[in-house]
Amino acid sequence: MKTAFARQSIFLSIFFAVFAAILLVSYSPTTVYAQVDTFAFETDEQQRRFRRLSDELRCPMCQNTNLTGSSGGTAEDLRREIHRMIVGGMTDQEIEQFMFERYGDFIFYKPRLRAETVFLWFGPLLFLLIGAMVAFGIWRKARTVDTVEHELDEQQQERLKKLLEK
Amino acid sequence: MSKLKFYIPVIAFMALAILMWRGLYLDPKELPSMLIDKPMPAFELTSVDGAQISNDELPDKIFLLNVWGSYCLPCLIEHPTLMRLSEEGEIPVVGVNYRDRQNLAQEWLLDNGNPFEFSILDENGRFGIDLGVYGAPETYLVDANGVIRFRHVSVLDENVWREEFEPAIAELRSEGAAQ
Repeated sequence: MKTAFARQSIFLSIFFAVFAAILLVSYSPTTVYAQVDTFAFETDEQQRRFRRLSDELRCPMCQNTNLTGSSGGTAEDLRREIHRMIVGGMTDQEIEQFMFERYGDFIFYKPRLRAETVFLWFGPLLFLLIGAMVAFGIWRKARTVDTVEHELDEQQQERLKKLLEK
Repeated sequence: MSKLKFYIPVIAFMALAILMWRGLYLDPKELPSMLIDKPMPAFELTSVDGAQISNDELPDKIFLLNVWGSYCLPCLIEHPTLMRLSEEGEIPVVGVNYRDRQNLAQEWLLDNGNPFEFSILDENGRFGIDLGVYGAPETYLVDANGVIRFRHVSVLDENVWREEFEPAIAELRSEGAAQ
């Protein structure tokens, strides 16, 4: 009996280890599939900015990858433009504005806070607040129920007795 | 009152379910263009034929700007519609030859026919970025003042022409007549 239990727990732990491994692999960052570009930069700082921008901007053609992870033609063009703008001395804000003017909020994985995107940013918080209010309401009601007297009156006592005697 | 309270979560769930159900059938490729009601981006490039072209060469009436490439299979599907529109003189069509090679583009036009007044040669896709192009085919409706008024992503067939472009053009024309 004890050995069966031990075997079962070994199986379980192997199962969870495999499950965790699968999760880890499928959650690895997209840079694993990065395209190899041969862009030359003057400083490491410029290279870091290029990395960050092409990680945070979405490929407009393939929709579900960033510019770094996409081999699509448009993504290639956009990486080349980012490189040109960085070497040309534009700031990150200016480059993001350049992209926004052409591709809109869609290009950002982290959309800007604007009138159109307020619900996107704060919608979840709103739902959390509604949930908290409902939970608080239930908790308060439960507390008042607890303090009410639970004594049965005479009529109820009579019914209870009858039921018990059956 | 308490009965109503009981149904609130059910109603909320139904509303959310309907919203998400509809979401399943939305086309994620239907993205709004940032250039609607903005003037066409400035360009000084060569055409597929090798002529020097700029914004001055654009038609001074309502026209279509069609993004195409010799590699683009859906472009062949919409090609008969573009040919008909230009042959019947319904609307001038200007091409943007997006991320293609000049000789391949010329061959494609010889093989399939040329519906375009001229095609802007955009071999490196730089003009496409200014237009906010996602990929060929895409078609823009530009008004007489060179302002972009409407965009359609993917194939422009006779149905799309009738249902989306004709009403949009009729609106532009009535707007122009009112001025």
